Amino acid sequence: MTTQASEAQDTLVFYQVEEEHHAEHSGGSTLLGFWIYLMSDALIFAALFATFGVLNSSFAGGPGPRELFDLNLVAMNTALLLVSALTCGLAMISLQAGKLGAVRLWLVVTALLGAGFVGIELHEFRHLIAEGATPQRSGYLSAFFTLVGTHGLHVTFGIVWIAVMLVQLGQRGLHADNQRRLLTLSMFWHFLDVIWIGVFTFVYLLGVVR
Amino acid sequence: MSGEAMSVNFSLRTYITGFLLALVLTAIPFWIVMTGAISSAGIASAVIVTLAVVQIIVQTVAFLHVNARSEEGWTLMAYVFTAVLLLITIAGSVWIMNHLNSNMMPSMMSDPQTTSQSP
Repeated sequence: MTTQASEAQDTLVFYQVEEEHHAEHSGGSTLLGFWIYLMSDALIFAALFATFGVLNSSFAGGPGPRELFDLNLVAMNTALLLVSALTCGLAMISLQAGKLGAVRLWLVVTALLGAGFVGIELHEFRHLIAEGATPQRSGYLSAFFTLVGTHGLHVTFGIVWIAVMLVQLGQRGLHADNQRRLLTLSMFWHFLDVIWIGVFTFVYLLGVVR
Repeated sequence: MSGEAMSVNFSLRTYITGFLLALVLTAIPFWIVMTGAISSAGIASAVIVTLAVVQIIVQTVAFLHVNARSEEGWTLMAYVFTAVLLLITIAGSVWIMNHLNSNMMPSMMSDPQTTSQSP
């Protein structure tokens, strides 16, 4: 219908309609593109989970999950990440309401909770390595450190991203570009929480149950 | 311009509901494992994995806002496609490598009948 109408007038009108159509959806296409990136990131974790699954009982005479893991620490870490998902959501609610101060506050809280998560994880790693449970000890431990470490690295980069966003918000406030960046940041952060469900279930809980 | 970026509609209630559900779905498996409430390792594992799958779906819907309408269904399409790939990669690798492992075990080489049945 539109094509016929524009042909009747002028071909230039047809091109303008197309251009506007693209411009209108540019914000949306960034979000979809970032979503595709997250899905490819999920495939990295699929490979790491598969490796961990295969090396699940390759202890090489070394320590197994029962001797290694302190579930209290894992529970605390899970709680920190879950609350940070909520505060990240509250930042998005504030973004929607256009409250710059609240957005910055909730982002700072999210980053602090994330830093607490990474801190506890590093503490756990240091403890394991001090006990001699290094990545070199067994195939199981190599897979464990790679999987959990990759997730921790993602969280660390999420914190760096939050720091960068705080600077950008301070400089330019809640303009359209920053809104788009904050939306992708929240997708990234929530995605990491979803991956963590897999980690605490398959690595820690099932490891101790077996 | 601001309307362009904010194409998603967030509601506080969705976040709170999602958070509370996730909290319960996390607390139950930790409770099961830390107290040993379910003595059978097999049943406990099945319950824990089921709760994890439910929580992944809850968080995907409540926090990542995936539904049939977002991006004209493309986020859901990509998500389901990735889930299938994840399942094939992880379950397939574990399945194949366990078979290989049991067939390569020197102690089991003499008894191929039992090795082919091990998981």
